[in-house]
Amino acid sequence: MDRRAFLQTRKKKISSPDVSSFKVSRTTSGLTPYAGTFGTNEIIHLLKRTMFGAVKADVDYFKTKTLSQAVNELLTVPSTPAPPVKNYANSVTAGDPDQAIASGSTWVNTNTTDGGVDSQRVSSFKSWWTGLMINQNRSILEKLVLFWHNHFSTETNNIGRAIWSYQNNEILRKNAVGNFKQFVKDITLDTGMLRYLNGYLNTNTAPDENYGREMQELFTVGKGIDNGSPPYSESDVKAAAKVLTGWTINNATNVSFFTFAKHDITNKQFSSFYNNTIITGRSGAAGANELDDLITMIFATNETAMFLCRKIYRWFVYYDIDATTEANVITPLAQIFRSNNYEIKPVLDALLKSEHFFDVLNQGCQIKSPVDANISLCREFGVAFPLASDYINAYYMWDYIRTQSSNMQQNIGDPPNVAGWAPYYQAPQFYEIWINSDTLPKRNQFSDTMANSGFTRNGKNIKIDFIVFAKTMSNPGDPNELINDSINYLFRLPLSLASKNQLKTDILLSGQTQDHYWTDAWLAYIANPNDVTNATIVKNRLRDLYQYFMRLAEYQLA
Amino acid sequence: MKRRDFIRASGTGAVLPAVINGFSLKAFGEDSPLNTLLASATETDHVLVIVQLSGGNDGLNMILPKDNYSGYYNARTNIAIPEAKILALNKFDNTGLNPAMKGMQTLFNDGKLGIVQAVGYPQPNFSHFRATDIWMSAADSTQVLTSGWGGRYLNYEYPNFPNGYPTSSMPDPLGIQIGSITSLTFQGPAVNMGMSISNPTSFYNLLNGVEDPAPNTPAGKELKYLRLVSKQTQQYATVVKNAAANVPVQGTYPANNSLGDQLKIVARLVKGGLKTRLYMVSFGGFDTHSLQVNPADTTIGAHANLLKNISDALKAFQDDLKNLGVEERVVGMTFSEFGRRIKSNSSGGTDHGAAAPMILFGKNVTNAVWGNSPALPVNATVNDNIPMQYDFRSVYASLLENWLCVKNSDLQTIMLKNFQNIPFVNSASCKNVAPNTGGINLITNSPNPFTSSTTITFKTEGGHTLIQIMDTLGRVLSTPVDKDYTQPGTYSINFNSGVLPSGLYYARLQNGTIQQVRTMMKVR
Repeated sequence: MDRRAFLQTRKKKISSPDVSSFKVSRTTSGLTPYAGTFGTNEIIHLLKRTMFGAVKADVDYFKTKTLSQAVNELLTVPSTPAPPVKNYANSVTAGDPDQAIASGSTWVNTNTTDGGVDSQRVSSFKSWWTGLMINQNRSILEKLVLFWHNHFSTETNNIGRAIWSYQNNEILRKNAVGNFKQFVKDITLDTGMLRYLNGYLNTNTAPDENYGREMQELFTVGKGIDNGSPPYSESDVKAAAKVLTGWTINNATNVSFFTFAKHDITNKQFSSFYNNTIITGRSGAAGANELDDLITMIFATNETAMFLCRKIYRWFVYYDIDATTEANVITPLAQIFRSNNYEIKPVLDALLKSEHFFDVLNQGCQIKSPVDANISLCREFGVAFPLASDYINAYYMWDYIRTQSSNMQQNIGDPPNVAGWAPYYQAPQFYEIWINSDTLPKRNQFSDTMANSGFTRNGKNIKIDFIVFAKTMSNPGDPNELINDSINYLFRLPLSLASKNQLKTDILLSGQTQDHYWTDAWLAYIANPNDVTNATIVKNRLRDLYQYFMRLAEYQLA
Repeated sequence: MKRRDFIRASGTGAVLPAVINGFSLKAFGEDSPLNTLLASATETDHVLVIVQLSGGNDGLNMILPKDNYSGYYNARTNIAIPEAKILALNKFDNTGLNPAMKGMQTLFNDGKLGIVQAVGYPQPNFSHFRATDIWMSAADSTQVLTSGWGGRYLNYEYPNFPNGYPTSSMPDPLGIQIGSITSLTFQGPAVNMGMSISNPTSFYNLLNGVEDPAPNTPAGKELKYLRLVSKQTQQYATVVKNAAANVPVQGTYPANNSLGDQLKIVARLVKGGLKTRLYMVSFGGFDTHSLQVNPADTTIGAHANLLKNISDALKAFQDDLKNLGVEERVVGMTFSEFGRRIKSNSSGGTDHGAAAPMILFGKNVTNAVWGNSPALPVNATVNDNIPMQYDFRSVYASLLENWLCVKNSDLQTIMLKNFQNIPFVNSASCKNVAPNTGGINLITNSPNPFTSSTTITFKTEGGHTLIQIMDTLGRVLSTPVDKDYTQPGTYSINFNSGVLPSGLYYARLQNGTIQQVRTMMKVR
């Protein structure tokens, strides 16, 4: 279904305008700690960038904190979540060990011999992940897991075993704010990655250079500031591949292991970019230690820190890295990364507390990715999902939300290729690539659907209850305050007074000129919420107002 | 005109997009060649213009009872129009117009106006919001309907909207609303069937390519990009623009008259070739609780200004339609959520009331005053209301049948009940022809109407597919399909209606992001 939907999308004529002539000013601010006001606006900015949407309750929570306290808290990640569960029917293949798993128990420790079951496990995995994003804690973790998934890109389609995709995701979670050197080591030996980039086939007799190349080009060193020619050489790719020979996967136990008989024991010579390093070939089990040498060598260069900081910047701030930004933000950030022995947390800490991050010119300039747009919609409007304990229905609903993002060109677990999603590296359009004549109407259609009938399956329904949202605003009975407040939380750019007045008159006041008519309707509903007539009056008007908001271009910005 | 000059000239800082689709169409795919093979909706080139007077128009000071002037005067001495100033109507001596309405007097005497006295409904509601919803949904006083009467009509004519739209036979918006962003009138059983042009300024911004300013910041850059794509995907914006371009010259409309500004756009789009059947325009300010007249001269003041605006606007509109050669095709009606109390209050105004007159306009309306002057009690008290003579839904039903050529046997699927048909318009040109289909049929049922059971046939793309049976109040009565289909295809199920009472039901199909609603009728 996914694949077909994807192909159909491709066949359609998709257009996106040329706006290369737009020129805008950037900023000179750098990493100096931000000392200005840390109020509602700044908290919303911080939350929209580090979480999926700024939920009113979270904004209120952080109002009692300083910026430093808020960032510290966001950088504290929750413990490992419970794994995905079996939400699918038993296989018909005789003897499939999956049959022994009780419905509602996890499948991640039991192999299956049925391809159909495995693809249902992939769906289960993606639903589970979507559920974690929707139910995220006040933490940067879920935004980071998606960042690392985009960075260390793998595709469930190619990995071909749901358990390995899950294990890959576990590694992203475990290392999300940890040590990047350790992270690279873990991901190199990850079952999913070994399978995805053919590391498991890389042997002394027939070296496979796939991982050895991407490890340098996409995961660590990168191709330089302009994505031009890489600083390392082709011989470095070959040499790295040799270092990595002998690692493979135990299909029965789902762990990676080292087979010294398949390891290339010759010395590996690297180029001048790596200071002509020679990694001494080792025989026997000691061959496995060459990986540590390789990582030490790669992290001795400046490039890895620079490359990673640019990627972090494009994920959390903006895509345009001009010379000033490179000098004032990227370079000092890379310095922090290196001087902290590649700990990730100090980098995020410096960036998220900086003048640059809170610079007005850097607010509201991200186009939400499909996942960000759809998860944020659910979170900001407080869409009520079935409880996780009602796993059949919860997974159905998470799957629906996940499929929406997929239709809008962001299918978690299956980025287009090993480089991740183009909006994070493809100049000159970057984020704008998300938006075209096919995907923008789909975003509007999704918000329209969630505002109206919602999605129904198995007798359960998810949709936005606008009354729940309006009640969280400071004074929903006052049409002016309701509109102003809502705009503050949903948009990063203001609407003109004329527009707000028209929305108020046309929608909340149904053409009347006096504000008290809305106030009366709201209070009548509050006084007697079970009265269908009162409720319908208020609900229809709120639905029209927020549906309109969500169709405005401003709604796509974070 | 340069862009900056234009913004200055237009004098507003509105940043709302010019055109908003009722539903995001583009996502539903291109026009399929198959669509051209399907029959189109009922053939008629008739247009109905709905004029909403919001706030509750004081009908008794608009249409005056010359045959009971003393009763009228006694009930509202402080705001009564002097008898001598009342404008007379040819052949209808019992009735006259507010002196501010000279244009409408001319229209009436030229045979282009009809007046329906005391229109309302049983158990009137006095809340603006609720009463507006009743008028727009055509509900009973005690019934909460989630769809509008215009939306149900458009859903009847174009049952598959928005799947497969625009089609070659209906390339244009089904309904256009000007001057307001949204209304229940065009809400169909599943989706809104209309398109809105938020205000006249934004319409001309669209024609002139005027863009709202975006800040010179990274956020502004991305906003510009988003707006550009958004504009490209607003298919109806293009057809509206093209239609407007076909009509470079129009008649003169009164200045500073927002109703006139809106009607001018309607005339232009009708002449410009849009096949749009329903237009709705809005004009507000009728909530005249105090000082609705000038105490020194009751023929002038706030309410008189409103009436003059209506009168001038309708006159200019009618003249323009005539000059553009489309007068035969257009009929219009006014409505307001309620009339006002018979007895005026001490602050020179009137409070929320009940029945009120409706104005019908156009060359093809029956030139008459329908009904009698309102019955007024001898000593009106603060609680006295004008009793209804005509149900407003009878006016809607008559216009649907006699002007938009809806078959009598189908009327009930739109109006939900039977209402009296009254020859308010010349129905000679209504020849019922082709069946009403168009777009892509994803869900159908047969037989329809049915007595106890009917076969529902639906098309799925595969994956999760849901069919819900709902009543007109939007309640889900049963869910005959809620499962995964591994293969795309066409499937059938039998729906047994069991103990459900006879009446109108909707079968709603949900498949992935697609939804469509089928109207089913259960009969005895």
